[in-house]
Amino acid sequence: MSKKIDKQPSSRPVNRRTFIKGAALGLASLSIPSGDADASVWEALFQKHFQEMNEDDIRSVIKRMEKEYRDEYKADFNIKVTKPLPGVKFGYGLDLSRCIGCRRCVYACVKENNQSRDPQIHWISVLEFKKGEKWVNVFEEADKYYNPHEVPEKGRFYMPVQCQQCENPPCVKVCPTKATWKERDGIVVVDYNWCIGCRYCMAACPYGARHFNWAKPRIAKSEINTEVHYLGNRPRYTGVVEKCTFCIQRTREKPGRYPACVEICPVGARKFGNLLDPESEIRYCIENKRVFRLKEDLNTSPKFYYFFAT
Amino acid sequence: MPDLVQPIRNLFTTLKFITKGGKWYYGWLTFLLIFIFLGIGSYIKQLEQGMIHTAMRDQVSWGFYISNFTFLVGVAAAAVLLVIPAYLYNFKPIKEIVLLGEMLAITAIIMSLLFVISDLGRPERGWHILPFIGSMNFPSSLLAWDVLVLNGYLAINCVAVFYVLYRLSIGKDYKMSVIWPIVILSIPWAISIHTVTAFLYNGLSARPFWNASIVAPRFIASALCSGPAIMLILFQIVRKVSRMEISNVAIFKIAELIAYAMGVNLFLFGAEFFKEFYSGSVHLAPMQYLYFGLHGHSNLVVWMWGAFIFNLTAFFIFLRPKTRENLVTLNLACVLIIIGVYIEKGMGLIVPGFIPGVLGEIYEYGPSSLEKSVALGIWALGALFFTLFLKFALPVFTGELRFRAPDSSD
Amino acid sequence: MNYNVSALLFIFFIISLSSFVMAGDDLPDYFVPPPPFSEGIFPCSECHADMEVNTTPRELDFHEDIVLKHFDGWCLNCHNPEDRDVVRLASGRIISFKESEFLCGQCHGTIFRDWKAGVHGKRTGFWNGKKEYRLCVHCHNPHQPRFKPIKPLPPPVRPEDLKYKESSADKVPLNPLDYIVE
Repeated sequence: MSKKIDKQPSSRPVNRRTFIKGAALGLASLSIPSGDADASVWEALFQKHFQEMNEDDIRSVIKRMEKEYRDEYKADFNIKVTKPLPGVKFGYGLDLSRCIGCRRCVYACVKENNQSRDPQIHWISVLEFKKGEKWVNVFEEADKYYNPHEVPEKGRFYMPVQCQQCENPPCVKVCPTKATWKERDGIVVVDYNWCIGCRYCMAACPYGARHFNWAKPRIAKSEINTEVHYLGNRPRYTGVVEKCTFCIQRTREKPGRYPACVEICPVGARKFGNLLDPESEIRYCIENKRVFRLKEDLNTSPKFYYFFAT
Repeated sequence: MPDLVQPIRNLFTTLKFITKGGKWYYGWLTFLLIFIFLGIGSYIKQLEQGMIHTAMRDQVSWGFYISNFTFLVGVAAAAVLLVIPAYLYNFKPIKEIVLLGEMLAITAIIMSLLFVISDLGRPERGWHILPFIGSMNFPSSLLAWDVLVLNGYLAINCVAVFYVLYRLSIGKDYKMSVIWPIVILSIPWAISIHTVTAFLYNGLSARPFWNASIVAPRFIASALCSGPAIMLILFQIVRKVSRMEISNVAIFKIAELIAYAMGVNLFLFGAEFFKEFYSGSVHLAPMQYLYFGLHGHSNLVVWMWGAFIFNLTAFFIFLRPKTRENLVTLNLACVLIIIGVYIEKGMGLIVPGFIPGVLGEIYEYGPSSLEKSVALGIWALGALFFTLFLKFALPVFTGELRFRAPDSSD
Repeated sequence: MNYNVSALLFIFFIISLSSFVMAGDDLPDYFVPPPPFSEGIFPCSECHADMEVNTTPRELDFHEDIVLKHFDGWCLNCHNPEDRDVVRLASGRIISFKESEFLCGQCHGTIFRDWKAGVHGKRTGFWNGKKEYRLCVHCHNPHQPRFKPIKPLPPPVRPEDLKYKESSADKVPLNPLDYIVE
């Protein structure tokens, strides 16, 4: 093929190069959002990582989020961004001699933390073990789906498992985008607007504590809790990971409330407090009871202590 | 401003060239396009309604997509099997077909990246993983390493392939001084992409099936079987449909190398098997699930034994010169080994990491129809890409397609 | 005579000092919902002030709804025969129903110790503020303290049963916590 090369392209009214440039610019301009709704989509897409936001960024993100949540859930949310309290590292105690496996903690958590009801997400799993068989460090005999007429069943004991808020969390280690990290007060949190949903953290967690939104979370409007924390119980999105945050919206106040699971337990099996306070209940448990943690050989150093008070 | 007219004209020439062919060619492209469109449709459904249409759940949070990803990274890494003997030992018969191996590597990397993207819950946030614009968790997260090494490997192979093709296409020869450093770099880089992928699983102490030192060596051994086996089949197709000459000596040499790689793979498998079943600790549960069933769950048992038999058979076929140098048995062995490694390194690696789960639960996972549709779509896309790539590269290689050099005048 | 009186006074002083210690030390500041009396039953002296005191262990005509499944004894081991509006410790010390933990703590010493530290029993309130304590009797029926088994809330949905639902949020299942039927 031999075509004459045009040696003076600029003499044409519109040469090929100009046309291509113009077309490209035209297409690009179509993508610039116009109007509030599109601007919000744009902002959502390019929202910064929570830890890199300054006060103004946070304020505008909260404002945008309140509007999004109002449109979605027809309710006014109070989205807190309370920082960790100084001198606090949260610890949790669970008395295995008391737990009867009633699962009230599971559903109190669901109520407080806006989990999706359908598809169902539970942050707490209660495991039933047979007395006298393999001990709790071997989970092969554990049953999550027990449903007897009454609990506790004869010959069984119960162990609830939720996020252990590890001091050396494997989920934080493997997250490729730093969407999950450990805060100063020891709570491991997720920025639901940064998570890309790769689920590496779920593979890495030895306690099955992290849960994925396989579809759009659905909650009955009458059951929505509007007192939320950005890193905690605000409604999540499809395709992101979530988990227990020690009720960060309750505990990070002065005075701070107990997590919902602690308050609902009818037999007082759950203890919570500040590990750095020598007078706290959790310190009393650690110092006076024989405490152990799950899968300690993995060196994740959980802050969730199991013990037997009697 | 460089003159873009000629390269753009060349691009259009290329596009016209690669879309022209006989009825078999159009038939093949149509066949692939059907699966591609079905796959795209399924993926759009997944994007709109969520990954609940896959069979993955909290208990088995990685499945078919990541299985395919793992297998394909191995295929991509195996291009090195051709590179090492070709350039290091100057094994003449292999040298000219290294290019095809690198083209396969490019295709395999693109496919594995597509599988990762289709596995993400929020793919539009994929930029979060990038360094500087996002917040890449390097060096802590192995996935961050994987992003870097996979894209780096893609870049290396693209540079090598496009440089050679460009030089050949304008009638010039390629300079070894440019290719040689790229080749030397690509050898450890190829090993590293697969080692990093192996470490992705290896580093998780929560999953005892993966947290074993044997994982990374087995990855390399099985990759060096599956990738070259695919290439052997492709070479035979290539020399049939084009004027490219690929000597039987090269093919049989690669087959011999595959035999050794599978030998190592089988030995390592035996070592794993012994360790779990002889020691008899609770950690044998995933192996037991795979080969004998666990508490009544045995969906993968037939597949795993099938894979083992295929691999063993292929090993002996490749090992004996008589069967290795017979094209019928050779091709049979290639197919057997591809299927065997695909099962072993795909579902046979990913799923038992989650069975039994960390809290003892057994959720038996098998891919849903949506996952199969998306996976087929990506495989078809890869096949289409490789076909078009070959349609362009082969004539360039054999001298049938030439462009005018940019500095020549009419 | 003087010597005996001063000795007696001294002994009395020691005893009251120890009672003071028992009553006032290491008790949490924050109390407590009032004792969960059955309706209309308190003050007991409304009936018992006029009744004769009979300390023979026997089956009673009234209070048949109370079946004692606690220890091997009967009502007046804990209840004060002289004044039914209070309870009586083994030492003879009288305490009101509002501090009934001392009564239980006589036998359940280890639990009493844990309760004072805040690690026994249901926990509500503020972990770094006003904690809410409860009397033993708020959870444990003093006459039949052993907890009866209760119906557990539903088990989680199995992963294979998790499916995509097209329907609107109104058809979402409600939280079983809110409609527990005991």
